[in-house]
Amino acid sequence: MKKNYLLLLFLAVLTLALAACGSSESNSGDSQSDTTSSIDEIKERGTLRVAVFSDKPPFGYVDSNGENQGYDIVLAKRLAKDLLGDESKIEYVITEPQARVDLLKSDKVDIVLANFTVTPERQEQVDFANPYMKVAVGVVSPNSAPIESVEQLKGKKLIVPKGTTAETYFMKNHPDIELVKYDQITEAFEALKDGRGDAMAQDNALLFGWANENPGFSVALPTLGEQDYIAPAVKKGNTELLEWLNTELEALGKEQFFHKAYDETLKPAFGENIVADDVVVEGKVEE
Amino acid sequence: MLNSGISVLFEGTNFLRLLEGLFETLRVALIAVVISIVMGIIIGIIRTSKNKLVQIPFRIYLELFRIIPILVWLFVIYYIVPANFGLELSSELVALIVFSLWGAAEISDIVRGAIISLPKHQVESSKALGLGVVQMYRYVLIPQATKRSIPPMINLITRMIKTTALLTMIGFVEVIKVGQQIINVNNLEHPTVSFWIYGFIFFLYFCICFPLSRFSRKLEQKWAT
Repeated sequence: MKKNYLLLLFLAVLTLALAACGSSESNSGDSQSDTTSSIDEIKERGTLRVAVFSDKPPFGYVDSNGENQGYDIVLAKRLAKDLLGDESKIEYVITEPQARVDLLKSDKVDIVLANFTVTPERQEQVDFANPYMKVAVGVVSPNSAPIESVEQLKGKKLIVPKGTTAETYFMKNHPDIELVKYDQITEAFEALKDGRGDAMAQDNALLFGWANENPGFSVALPTLGEQDYIAPAVKKGNTELLEWLNTELEALGKEQFFHKAYDETLKPAFGENIVADDVVVEGKVEE
Repeated sequence: MLNSGISVLFEGTNFLRLLEGLFETLRVALIAVVISIVMGIIIGIIRTSKNKLVQIPFRIYLELFRIIPILVWLFVIYYIVPANFGLELSSELVALIVFSLWGAAEISDIVRGAIISLPKHQVESSKALGLGVVQMYRYVLIPQATKRSIPPMINLITRMIKTTALLTMIGFVEVIKVGQQIINVNNLEHPTVSFWIYGFIFFLYFCICFPLSRFSRKLEQKWAT
């Protein structure tokens, strides 16, 4: 009997708490517009708060001396330099993939620069600026029997890691190709090395890095299907910072900033065989 | 092959960074433990009351921290509370709040259990001797209850130290996160690096938690006789 009371009371408290969260969430959007200019706020604070990865080389990682490095960090430094006049005026907030949206929603950071792919679901929750990188499904194959087009895959075995965009892409668009699925990416790579499939499909950026470390393999089919874009994200409704970012990204694009950043950070990991244009977007989508 | 991984441990400031991560882990855990013990003892004594109105709210508080995973508490206080109430809390502060509340809840239950388990005649004899309530707790109940509650408390402390690993989820960089950063940077060049780094972290945790659990066993044995 006593237990039941407790349970009821507990449920009541929980419902109240959840209701409180639900109702106030709808107001948080407009309360944003009342606050003073978001750019002035950053200038007043004197540091740009950027969410970055700390363990995803070569995009965002911490090197052996404890310094943040990577493609995302190069952009972050430049943004801080152009906004605040000093590239060291950054507060790096280390993030995990699943926390990126919440960091913006709860105002913990100004910008997310963490290999953040633009998707319709995410666009409902945060605002994306112009892209600075693109990813697509790629196919890696042995140099002895390179796969250069989808047609060549007919009647062959293609390795895919489960739950990736590569898996969905082939199931939807080329159901006639035989797929060999693995739970983990490392397993899938091992399978390819062992010859348990003729080729392997995965996000191309990942394949570039792997093919570079594994001579004898190359990404002969670098892009397939839909291009996905990677872009900086700001809090929903923060149009001032968003517009500033877009003009900034376009200006950086004109000076080929992202090709330089590519040479500096991604090229050593991807190798000489990859063309920067397969990966880099110069501040806006070229139609 | 195996040796190439261990060299990573001493590359750059890696070794120092791991120790710094451990220091952060311990700092948060120990501050939270101190707050928990003070709050837990007070709440534990209050909870020995037979009044339902006193018992039920504290019971709910305890159950909330037992039923809801610590990870969810961290997320709620770090992300959801600031978004809805405009409260700015650093990840360290959130960690301290959650760990202290959790520790206090658990310790209050240990203390309450220890006091209640004391034979009833202890209370009756103290009253017969003419001790006031404060005196009764100070000289009779608390010294005896302490003996019974220290081993489970030490157990809880080691659990709290280990649970700090969850703090990476709210952007707090502690020893395990530093380890993962080092592993991911060096993985391609040194495939065995994860073995060495996780091995070293295991060793660090062991150095801290093993003496604690030995200590609690020693106390138990000493008081058993």
